[in-house]
Amino acid sequence: MKDKLALTGNEAVAHAMRQINPDVVAAYPITPQTEIVMAFSQFVADGLVDTETIPVESEHSAMSACVGASASGARAMTATCSQGLALMWEIVYIASAMRLPIVMAVVNRALSAPINIHCDHSDSMGARDSGWIQIYCETGQEAYESVLLAMKIAEDENILLPVMVCLDGFITSHAVERIELLEDKVVKDWVGERKAKYSLLNVENPVTYGPLDLQDYYFEHKRQEAEAMRNAYSAIPKVVDRFKNLVGKRYDYLEEYKMEGAEFAVLALSSTCGTARATVDRLRANGVKAGMVKLRFLRPFPAREVVSALSKAKAVAILDRSDTFSNQGGPVFNEIRSAFYEERNKPFIVNYVYGLGGRDIIVEEIEKVYSDLRNILKQKKVETLVNYLGVRE
Amino acid sequence: MKEKGWKDIPIAGLIVEAGNAEQYETGSWRTFKPVRDVEKCTNCLNCWINCPDSSILVSEEKMVGFDYDHCKGCGICAEICPVKCIEMVKE
Repeated sequence: MKDKLALTGNEAVAHAMRQINPDVVAAYPITPQTEIVMAFSQFVADGLVDTETIPVESEHSAMSACVGASASGARAMTATCSQGLALMWEIVYIASAMRLPIVMAVVNRALSAPINIHCDHSDSMGARDSGWIQIYCETGQEAYESVLLAMKIAEDENILLPVMVCLDGFITSHAVERIELLEDKVVKDWVGERKAKYSLLNVENPVTYGPLDLQDYYFEHKRQEAEAMRNAYSAIPKVVDRFKNLVGKRYDYLEEYKMEGAEFAVLALSSTCGTARATVDRLRANGVKAGMVKLRFLRPFPAREVVSALSKAKAVAILDRSDTFSNQGGPVFNEIRSAFYEERNKPFIVNYVYGLGGRDIIVEEIEKVYSDLRNILKQKKVETLVNYLGVRE
Repeated sequence: MKEKGWKDIPIAGLIVEAGNAEQYETGSWRTFKPVRDVEKCTNCLNCWINCPDSSILVSEEKMVGFDYDHCKGCGICAEICPVKCIEMVKE
């Protein structure tokens, strides 16, 4: 029997961590992630977990402690966002390069300046090339389940990479949902015990993590890291298959919504997918052939799945909740546009940067995007490649 | 030593074998090498105590020579020797 509880997205993540019962959690509180650390610390204080919590003095130390714990063979978890992620930056790259299966919740929040505590994806998008796997969650339920999934993906012996589980700050992190929790025992069996191949605490087979690596071998180790992400692309669907037996749904690389027979499509990440789905329903009721694609994994980037899904439409808009300031549009747009280069019959593809600093996005705005797509298809040309949606001129 | 490809090395730059620094021959870094005058040497072993690379070879409490595979030629042994029996000679 599954427990049904009224939980915020953050509490849902904390419950996933409680059920995983990691050996070490080192975290530093930062809005809007604080509640995860708070709720988890309560579980520790109540004796519900065996976790060693390390109340570190900064996010740089949080990730450093996780790296040390994970290298010693422990299961380590943390959570952060925004400036916190920015502060732990150098260790974020070290975690993935040392192939340490750390799971970190990232409660997406805008980066300063100007200072802002609300949702956009600037923080985790900056880390998209850090060698971490990235999962973006639409709801609190997805965030809870994604953390459980992430743990097994990270520790899969064919992968061994850290995973960021991203949920939208405030929108998902602080909204209360009816969340179904798996039984504690089911999760315990699902995650099992971590069996690290190389452990700093194994005195029988001592190893060195992080030695100097110069012109002679550094490149080979980076090539291995690239291969790890390629392996992840083939290995993740197998973990997802097994996870389906637990939660009854498939956590595929992406989800299509009404893409069969769609002429116009919007691709989005995280909570905006809910708004886009409502928009599709409204448009479909009016006879507009609208569809939607929800991208769940940004890393590894599922190029084949994205091309196959979006090729069903004739005009496509990519919604980016961050900008690259490169004059080339948002990060998701760039990846997708590049993925289409080899395709002969590609749809028109345009970009909308939206929702920066927590600016709301509403159905009427996404309707406007579909209406732009209809004009593009009618005129057979794109006038503005990169658009800013919901900003005042 | 032939350098290996990325498929044949441990992941993440890990060193998975203890004590394998011995296989790294740092002797090639040397510009000057220590040479001992056996007649003058009193076997006080000050060189053995001070050598930063454990390159003074000792047998039965007597200094017997240098490990030229690992000696980097720093000259500390020559400097420390109380009877000045070690000379640094250009390679």
